[in-house]
Amino acid sequence: MFTIISRIFHFGLKNFSRNGWLSVATVAIMTLALMVFAGLILFSYVTHQAAASIEDKIDISVYFKTNTSEDQVLNIQQSLQGLPEVASVSYISRDQALAIFQQNHANDQTITQAINQLDTNPLEASLNVKAQDPSQYGAIANYLASPNLTQYIDTVSYTQNQNVIERLAKIVSTVERGGWAVTIFLVIIAGLVVFNTIRLAIYSSRDEIGIMRVVGASNSLVRGPFVIDGMLCGAIAAIASLIIVAPALYFVSPYLDVFIPGLSLFHYFYAHIVQLLLYELLFGVGIGGFSSFFAVRRYLRN
Amino acid sequence: MIVFQSVSRKFNSHATALEDVNFEIDPGEFVSLAGRSGAGKSTVIKLLIGEDKPSKGRVFFGQYEVNKLRDNELPAFRRHIGVVFQDFRLLETKTAYENVAFALEVSGRPQREIAELVPQVLDMVGLGDKMKNFPHELSGGEQQRVAIARAMIHRPEVVIADEPTGNLDPFHTSEIVKLLEKINELGTTVVLATHDKEVINDLERRVITLDHGRVIRDEKKGKYILV
Repeated sequence: MFTIISRIFHFGLKNFSRNGWLSVATVAIMTLALMVFAGLILFSYVTHQAAASIEDKIDISVYFKTNTSEDQVLNIQQSLQGLPEVASVSYISRDQALAIFQQNHANDQTITQAINQLDTNPLEASLNVKAQDPSQYGAIANYLASPNLTQYIDTVSYTQNQNVIERLAKIVSTVERGGWAVTIFLVIIAGLVVFNTIRLAIYSSRDEIGIMRVVGASNSLVRGPFVIDGMLCGAIAAIASLIIVAPALYFVSPYLDVFIPGLSLFHYFYAHIVQLLLYELLFGVGIGGFSSFFAVRRYLRN
Repeated sequence: MIVFQSVSRKFNSHATALEDVNFEIDPGEFVSLAGRSGAGKSTVIKLLIGEDKPSKGRVFFGQYEVNKLRDNELPAFRRHIGVVFQDFRLLETKTAYENVAFALEVSGRPQREIAELVPQVLDMVGLGDKMKNFPHELSGGEQQRVAIARAMIHRPEVVIADEPTGNLDPFHTSEIVKLLEKINELGTTVVLATHDKEVINDLERRVITLDHGRVIRDEKKGKYILV
């Protein structure tokens, strides 16, 4: 048994080195497919980040009438935090609001003077509410519209921005769902291309398979070396694809980062390079071995 | 040892390769299958090594009923037979040594035994000095000798040769035939399919003559006669 297994490995490695160009061509095609695969992983990260950065911008601000006491506002904050749809609620007191306002307009003489002339703070306290999911803002807005709360509330930003929020929520979910569809579609295509390439490589070995059968080689001994060969091609292609993707990303990343703040694709790539390599190896070795296994099968009859 | 019992092989209603073929071959015999191209010689050999199945009848080889063997039983069965083909069928990516060694490697023989046996057999076929050559570096006659060495390295009970001299000139042809006779003298049954009149007439051994898929003659010391 051990002799047979070691021979399978031995033959597989020998096939690979002696088939020179065929092996190079197979590895090249697999590298392309794996680059698509790596691209898809990064693409899904980009869409995720893009969606997250849009999501991050969506919130509801609740402004309270100036005669509402701080305790009442804090009570409402607590009741909001108890809602399952709510991710976080931050409180901005009237004083804080004023400080922020002054800071934002520190260079504007007219406004600074105007504020200094007032003896009371005209700004309202507010709660800034973020939902777990952008589609849930409607529910939160409904809660805020209940009669025992409306007596304290001056305005809710949702009612003003309802359209924009709903549209953004839709974009977020479309981008995420579309990303998955594209990923699955391209992975299937990449898989088929690799499968076909390996099938052709094995087709060119059909005489050899016939000879192996004639001298009495068992099915596993005929098939084994091809499977090893396919897996080896996959492993080399996985490493090659990352070697090509790395510098390409280095140049592209800064341009992408402009569109989506906080993205830093290249940084993500480096931080996850081991994980990426593992995915690539899994996909490459898996599809290489799997394709070989099935491509040889049709030559093992009689 | 080898028995064909009312064997027919029909591809469809108007394409018949073999029709009601009966013969027996005893251990140690040297039998030539004679006939024109298309007479059914290759079909007999394909049925014998289990590469094809008869439409009717039974094929026996020792304790095996070949027509009933399943795909996964064929490899073990084929280790009892050595086959030589017209087109040599050597693995182009392997050297002469590796081609011969391969037949032993597939049956799981230890490396030490292989390293000892292969040079012996290659010496016997006169290629002791060309073990490291690849097939494309050898002449046709030499390639066929490698193929014969491969066919007999595992000491099969039968060596089957399908037109082994079809691609060779007269000089190399007689060389190959002599080699087959030598193998036969060592006790191995030899089945030689050929349409070469000279080869059959020089051998003066048993000849089974096929024509249009039927056995038309079976003689102990036969000549190549086709009427």
